[in-house]
Amino acid sequence: MPNDQKTNLLVGCAAGFSGDRTDAALPVVQALIASGQPAVLIFETLAERTLALAQLARRTDPDAGYEPLLVDLLRPVLAQCLAHGVRIVSNFGAANPHGAARRIHALAAKLGLARLRIAVLQGDDLSGPEHRALLQGALGAAMPTEPIVSANAYIGAQAIADALRAGADIVVCGRVADPSLVLGPALAHYGWALDDWDRLARATMAGHLLECGAQVTGGYFADPGYKDVAGLAQLGYPIAEIDADGHCTITKPPGTGGSITERTVKEQLLYELHEPAAYLTPDVVADITTARVTTVGSDAVRLEGVQGHARPATLKVNVCFESGWFAEGEISYAGPRAEARARLAGEVLRERLQGLGPLRIDLIGVTSIFGDDTSRWLNDPAAGDAHNDTRDVRLRVALQHRDHASAQRLVREVTALYTCGPAGGGGVRTAMRPRLGTVSCLVPREAVAVRFEMVD
Amino acid sequence: MTTTITVPLYRLAHSRTGDKGNRSNISVIAWHPALWDVLVDQVTEAAVAQQFAQRRPRQVTRYLLPQLQAMNIVLDEVLDGGVNDSLNLDSHGKALSYLLLDLPITVPAHLAPYFGGPSV
Repeated sequence: MPNDQKTNLLVGCAAGFSGDRTDAALPVVQALIASGQPAVLIFETLAERTLALAQLARRTDPDAGYEPLLVDLLRPVLAQCLAHGVRIVSNFGAANPHGAARRIHALAAKLGLARLRIAVLQGDDLSGPEHRALLQGALGAAMPTEPIVSANAYIGAQAIADALRAGADIVVCGRVADPSLVLGPALAHYGWALDDWDRLARATMAGHLLECGAQVTGGYFADPGYKDVAGLAQLGYPIAEIDADGHCTITKPPGTGGSITERTVKEQLLYELHEPAAYLTPDVVADITTARVTTVGSDAVRLEGVQGHARPATLKVNVCFESGWFAEGEISYAGPRAEARARLAGEVLRERLQGLGPLRIDLIGVTSIFGDDTSRWLNDPAAGDAHNDTRDVRLRVALQHRDHASAQRLVREVTALYTCGPAGGGGVRTAMRPRLGTVSCLVPREAVAVRFEMVD
Repeated sequence: MTTTITVPLYRLAHSRTGDKGNRSNISVIAWHPALWDVLVDQVTEAAVAQQFAQRRPRQVTRYLLPQLQAMNIVLDEVLDGGVNDSLNLDSHGKALSYLLLDLPITVPAHLAPYFGGPSV
């Protein structure tokens, strides 16, 4: 990546969560290369609970704990990125960034590629005993009494920029703030001061638009007749062209599906945002109250006018802890009086499992999603009456319990409905899985020692 | 006297839900700038709280972004604890934008040409 500040930086994003499509990257990389401009590829693969799950995976296998699809994501594009100087920045290190780096080296060797320079970011992981007092102080009474599975600070863009300046081909991060994956490369490219708040905020919001992958190019958007999106099966993933002032234009690879419009961009601009004047990241406080979104071409929308304010003095930490077991069971009733039979099955379960703990009961096809965990909507006679002609109903029951055997009772009772429940019940499915609780706190940024290590 | 019609919010606006912890945020974006004032008048914190009564939000906060003809509505404690704790099938609350989009809105009839969706 030549550090030519007159040339805009392109950042492509080829994943928005762990489990995203693995064929998204190739068209993005081809478009980046065809542009001839300095370019970076990012993969964003961490959500609120992904890290805790990665820690659990690492417990059972010390070599695991990074993004499970890492090789599937990288294999199609690694050689081309390396050959054309498209650098890769990702949080796919999750709970084991060093493990991820070793796996990438192994992949590169298998593909016969030159030795990669991989930078591993460290410091976000606060799950060790040496950090317990810090967490206790920050959480106070909210400190979990159950065993802690993961504790990670959201770290910022600076170490990513440092690693790129030091010559990394790939930067492997754990829990960095999602938009920092874009701000880091922009900092490295433009050399902005770390208190150039407006520019930092603009590139941060470019990162915010990119961080969910296809959500800005027509994914999580289509609504036939209202918001039609062509080519949803072949969505193109986004590319942000970031200029020297941090403003950006969002585009996607030619020939891919989906669409970028002012509507898709506005929806994503507000996604997971609370106060529009104060979007907090480790790098800056972004303010979009003066932002403007304008169409500048076909599938090309520009974001300008974002302002920035001084970064927070604290970093956010997510702490995940063991919280017992989640048990779930389902059974279907169809045809005449299906809803009445499903309701009866729910009553049987309530009686059999009385005292075990709060039981959530849904009648899928009658009421399930919009109600709350206490099933108020289900128990509201008016809500029920409106739907009593439903002829295809799936009863769903869920429960969490600290104790495995107690949680398992739900599974057994749902299964027993085959022979002991209302007429015509079929298609039982059940599941048991460990549950993780989460609490968040703020710690002084000085308490988190961020550094990168080059792993050649 | 202005003739008015009452239509669901989805004729006037599109929307997306996001979640952080036990908090949901729902954007409401006008299909057309001409519809913005009606949204500001009627998609109020009180109206949203009423629409989400079954979820018992602890607080509803509305932020206006007039230059985008968009608003951001933040609902505290509507996710039954959030993605790690809720027993709801949709533990992220991804579907909640469509609960809001059913809110009835009374609009001057002359604004109908600016509605979203199929023309009737």
